Amino acid sequence: MAMHAERSAALHELTSAPIQHAFNPYEDNGGTILAIAGKDFSVIAGDTRQSQGYSIQTRYARKVWQLTDRAVLATNGFAADGNNFVKKVKQRLEWYEHAHHKQMPLKSIARMIQTILYGKRFFPYYVYNILGGIEEDGTGAVYSYDPVGTYERESCRAAGAAQSILQPFLDNQIYFKNQTPEPGAEPFIPGNLPLSTVLALVVDSFTSATERHIEVGDGLEVYVVMKKGRPTDDLVGEGKLAPGMAVEELDALGEGDGEKTFLVTRSLKRD
Amino acid sequence: MNQHPAMWGHPMTPHQAFNAHTAFPLATPNPMRNQHASSPVSHTQQPLVTGTSVLGLKYKDGVMLAADNLASYGSLARFRDIQRLHPLGNHTCLAVSGDMSDYQYLKKELDGLLREEEALSLSDSHPALHPSQIYAFLANLFYARRSKVNPIWNAILVGGWDATKEESFLGYVDLLGTTYSSPTLATGFGSHIAQPLLREAFEKKAGIDGKGELLTAEEAEALLNECMKVLFYRDARSLNKYQIATVTKEGVQISESKSAETQWGFAEALRGYGAQQQ
Repeated sequence: MAMHAERSAALHELTSAPIQHAFNPYEDNGGTILAIAGKDFSVIAGDTRQSQGYSIQTRYARKVWQLTDRAVLATNGFAADGNNFVKKVKQRLEWYEHAHHKQMPLKSIARMIQTILYGKRFFPYYVYNILGGIEEDGTGAVYSYDPVGTYERESCRAAGAAQSILQPFLDNQIYFKNQTPEPGAEPFIPGNLPLSTVLALVVDSFTSATERHIEVGDGLEVYVVMKKGRPTDDLVGEGKLAPGMAVEELDALGEGDGEKTFLVTRSLKRD
Repeated sequence: MNQHPAMWGHPMTPHQAFNAHTAFPLATPNPMRNQHASSPVSHTQQPLVTGTSVLGLKYKDGVMLAADNLASYGSLARFRDIQRLHPLGNHTCLAVSGDMSDYQYLKKELDGLLREEEALSLSDSHPALHPSQIYAFLANLFYARRSKVNPIWNAILVGGWDATKEESFLGYVDLLGTTYSSPTLATGFGSHIAQPLLREAFEKKAGIDGKGELLTAEEAEALLNECMKVLFYRDARSLNKYQIATVTKEGVQISESKSAETQWGFAEALRGYGAQQQ
C-alpha cells in the first residue's frame, strides 16, 4: 500500500509539470504502395499523391524508384524521410558499383536496406519500404520492411494508407487464401500468375483504394522488372494494356544487356 | 502536432496534439521523457515573430510569388513593413512564411553562399546556381536541422527560372524537410484558402494535366491579387499590403507594396460583424 502511494505521488509530480510544446519531427504523407512477384518478373507500384491531413500537397510526388537494372524500391510514410532514405541507398549503390564494377545483387540490396534502417533504430526513418526486382537466379522477388529494418522475402505486399484494404485482397488473389479449387481441378500454386493478370490486379487494387481512401489517388506508377531474355510481348505492343494506360521502357542504368525495366502509368481519380 | 501557422507559438495540451487524420501512431511528446531529456539542453524553439502564408504560381513566362508585408508577434501586428520576398541571384526568389528571425538567418546564409559562388565566377567560368540547386540546398538544410530536432521554423516557396532548361521552377520546403512541387503552391492558411482558387484558375486554362496554355502575366497577377484579397478577408494574421515577385528569363522583379480593393459594407447588416449593438 505504501509502495503504491509512493509511486502515484512520483507519477503525479512528473505529469503535473507544465507540458512543453515539443517539436514533432515526423509527419504522415499518405499514399500507398504495392509489389507482386511473378515467376520471372516483378511489379512495384505506388500512387503519386502526397498529402498532409486533408490537404493534397501535390498530385505528383514520386514514391517508386529504379535503383539498378534489377531492383526497384517503393517508399511510403514520411515523405522527407523517404526521399532522404532513397538518396542514401542510391549513394551506397554507386559506391558499390565503383568498388566492384557491377551492380549490387537484389538480395544484397535487401540486406543493405535493413542495415541502413536499423542504423537509425533510435530515431527511425518513418518509412515503410517494399523492394522488388529479379534475383540472381532469375526469379521475381519482393522484400518488405518495417521502419526499423525487419524484413522478409514474400510474393506480395501492400503498405501505406490503404494497406488494410489491399493486403487482404492480395492474400485472396495472389496466395489464393480462402479459395478452394473445384473438385477434381488442379490445386492453386501461388507465384505463377501471368503478367497481364498481375497488372490487372494492381490497377484494380489502386482504383479501389482510390475510391475508399482519401489519401490515395491522382496517378499510378507501376514498374515492371523482367528477367533477362524474357519476352516482352505480353506488355509492349498494340492493345496489350487497358485504355488510358501507357508504357515506356526505361533506359538501363548498368551494362544494359540484362534485365529490362518498364514503367506503366495511368491516371487515378483526383477527388 | 499542428504545424499550421495559426497554431504556431500556441502550446498544445497532449489532448489537442492528437491528430485525428493521422493513420499511424506518430511519436507524441512524452511528458516523462521530456522532463529528463529537455531540461539540460533545450534548443527546440517555438516561432515568435511570424509571417503568414505565401503563394506561388507558374505562368506563361515564369513564376510569380506573393507575400504580404506583415510580421506578427502572436496576434499583434508587430512589424508592418517587412519584405518576405527575397531574390537570390538573377533567376531565383524565395517567399518565406513562418519565423522571421529564422528567415533573417536564412537570408544571411544564402547571401553568403551566393557571394562565394559569385567570387568563383569572377576568376573562372563558373555557372550561377540554378533554382533547383538552391532548392536542394534548402531542402538538405531544413532536413538536417529537423533531424537534429532543432528546426528552422519556416515554410518556404522557391520560385525560379532555369536558364539551361528554359523552364520555370516552383518548389516548397518546410521545417520538417518535406519537399514538393506543383504548378500552384501555397503555405499555411493559404493552402486551405488560396490553393483551391489557384488550382481552379490554373486548370481552367492549362487543363488538369497542365499541358495546355498557361496563364498570361496579366491573368496570373490578377489571380494572385484576388487570392491575397481573399486571404486578407479571412486570415486574421494577414495584412492588406503585399508584394508580388515575378521571375522570368529576364530576371527577378519585386513589385512595390500594394493593397487590394476591399468592401466591408456587408458587415453593417450582419449581427456580430459590424459595430452595432448586439
